[in-house]
Amino acid sequence: MIAGMEGLLTHYTYIVTIFLMVSGLFVVIARGNMVKKLVGLGCFQTSVYLLYIGPAKILGGTAPILAPEYSVYSNPLPHVLILTAIVVGVATLALGLALTVRINEAYGTIEEDEIFARDMVEHANSEESAS
Amino acid sequence: MSAAPGFELGHHLPALQVVVPLIGAVICAMLRNGTLAWGWALIVSVLTAAISTMLFVAVQAGGTISYGLGGWAPPYGIEYRVDLLSAFILLIVSWAGAIIMVYARQSVMHEIDAGKRAWYYCMYLLCLTGLLGIAITGDAFNAFVFMEVSSLSMYTLIAMGKNRRALLSSYQYLIMGTIGATFYVIGVGILFTLTGSLNFVDIAERLVTMQMERPAIAAITFLTVGISLKLALFPLHSWLPNAYAYAPSVTTSFLAGTATKVAIYLLMRIFFSTFGEAKVFEILPTTTILVLLSVSAMIGASLVAVFQDDVKRVLAYSSVAQVGYITLGIALANDLGLTSALVHIFNHALMKTALFLAVGAVFLRIGSVRLHDLDGIGPKMPVTMAAFALAGFALIGTPGTAGFVSKYYLAAAVIDKGWWGLVFVIAASSLIAVFYVGRLLEAIWFRAPGALAQKASDPPLSMLLPIVGLSLAVIWFGVDTRLTVDVAHNIATMLLGGVK
Amino acid sequence: MKLDLILRVMTKFILPYILVFALYVQFHGDFGPGGGFQAGVIAACMIILYGLIFGLPAAQAIVPQGLVEFLIPLGVLIYAGTGVVGMLLGGNYLEYTYLAHEPSHGHHLGILFVELGVLITVASTMVAFFFAFAGRKRT
Repeated sequence: MIAGMEGLLTHYTYIVTIFLMVSGLFVVIARGNMVKKLVGLGCFQTSVYLLYIGPAKILGGTAPILAPEYSVYSNPLPHVLILTAIVVGVATLALGLALTVRINEAYGTIEEDEIFARDMVEHANSEESAS
Repeated sequence: MSAAPGFELGHHLPALQVVVPLIGAVICAMLRNGTLAWGWALIVSVLTAAISTMLFVAVQAGGTISYGLGGWAPPYGIEYRVDLLSAFILLIVSWAGAIIMVYARQSVMHEIDAGKRAWYYCMYLLCLTGLLGIAITGDAFNAFVFMEVSSLSMYTLIAMGKNRRALLSSYQYLIMGTIGATFYVIGVGILFTLTGSLNFVDIAERLVTMQMERPAIAAITFLTVGISLKLALFPLHSWLPNAYAYAPSVTTSFLAGTATKVAIYLLMRIFFSTFGEAKVFEILPTTTILVLLSVSAMIGASLVAVFQDDVKRVLAYSSVAQVGYITLGIALANDLGLTSALVHIFNHALMKTALFLAVGAVFLRIGSVRLHDLDGIGPKMPVTMAAFALAGFALIGTPGTAGFVSKYYLAAAVIDKGWWGLVFVIAASSLIAVFYVGRLLEAIWFRAPGALAQKASDPPLSMLLPIVGLSLAVIWFGVDTRLTVDVAHNIATMLLGGVK
Repeated sequence: MKLDLILRVMTKFILPYILVFALYVQFHGDFGPGGGFQAGVIAACMIILYGLIFGLPAAQAIVPQGLVEFLIPLGVLIYAGTGVVGMLLGGNYLEYTYLAHEPSHGHHLGILFVELGVLITVASTMVAFFFAFAGRKRT
């Protein structure tokens, strides 16, 4: 029990990461509101940033600058990677929001159920006019 | 530092493969005018195709090419690594891009608003850049970035469809695609933490000395699920039919011919050149899972295709089924299986592009792709519909067409494994394909033309040429298999002998 | 916000400092934390703040939509073009070593141009986001 608790505490970054990951994914799946879905997606992506950044920090390590008095460095690569991933995330979010705005203009709602309902009505109407 | 060497075209081909469409896309956005942008995009995509052909020839003659971006030697810098598999995929993607671009002008003029046309071509070239980048890079994280470049531009390309449902399907694809890419990047992250490297070759070398511990298994799982979302493996395909159905015709053809193929390439790269088939298929139940999902796709998606009333949706569900054939070949993980998977990547790109281009021509003429609007349209647009029929026969797997070649090798691979039951599954799936293709052809050729079909005629030459060319290629590659089967066989040998 | 004198005056007062700070972050990026991404966002904030206080038409009079749409690809072009120049001078793509007579100067020059490209693209993309979302009417 104690050992288990210790394992949890020493790996708390992973716990936070996994919590964010699962909650973000849950929101994406469980919510019908398109903006809320994007919020969940953002949460999910943010957890990945933590997944990279967490292990990259070495306690007592410095920035990777060559100097004789330091010998322990943190790896800068994960930070650079995540900088790129953040930009990708922002672009995805912006595109998602832009689509949501356009969907709102086209359908008058951003709730998925209502959109499907309106599409069904439209589909039924066009079937009627075709036959 | 030595004195600066001069510029050598041959040396820089891997970089140019990605840089040419990238710069092309940027200039396209600056041109503003739709027709000018099309002309420029055509030049760029043909140049890109020429570069990929030169790369393919160079790799066949001289083996794998490695190019350190920014002069940083791999594994520290980003490496562009062109082996035979990459060169083969580059060839498919860039030629599909060029051929569809010839076709694009009339179709885009019809389907996209004037002010957006230059942006459309810009996004098209960006998407091409991303797809080529995934295929050429030897860096796992760089592959993610290119995946997002291609996906983001693909979402835009889909959202430009006239129907408001295009927006919705683009949004759904965005959600699913981003989840897939994030799963992929989680897998890469775990792999990076485990091995300290992002270079596929370097990771493979470091993994050899490691036991398959839990992180590696988690990494494989995340990578497989993420990429499966992108390649529309059976239960994860829900984004695909809507995206195909409501996107503009050019987007659909491009998406069908290239995007899923590149995702399959990435899966092969991860399975065979990074982890090695011993680890993926012997320690984990990958074979069972992939075979089951592939079989469900081949039967299930084909059955759904039979009951669609929109031609694009029929072909979309058929794409899900065809991806099943490819993943079945991968799951077999033997020489013949991989050969059949690679051959089918090529052949499926060929025939699906031809089919969707023909459907796009129909949409140009009558403004609808509903099945009952296509009644009796065959005699009205004879050349287009004859090409459609040819590609349709290939989809079934009629002997003498490209589709037969890949199915033949898949069946041989299954028999080689000793799994006779699967032969019947392949036969059953082909039989269902007879139904859904037959249903289309019956309506097109043997029914009395409806009001819409009456006024249809063959499309302009710039659209007709790609359609006819591709459908003749379907026959050509059904007879002459040097480019497909021999190359695929060499790639399969390379992949299976790659990681010891 | 026509009558909000403090906001209007303070905004006009603060705008040049935002730009100077953006340029500081930009050029400091060679030696410390900073660079094109951050500087681009800060520079875009200047336009966005102006737009928030004085209204969208005023902001679009300074930075027309057409200019923004031209600058987004221009930044990428500068970035990619730097890589191509490096290639033409004999290095690999994006290799800065041969841009100047000495490799370290070359690297300095190369990253300067690349960051300039990033600055332009990021700043104009942020402004484009703002224009796109702020320009829509409520439905």
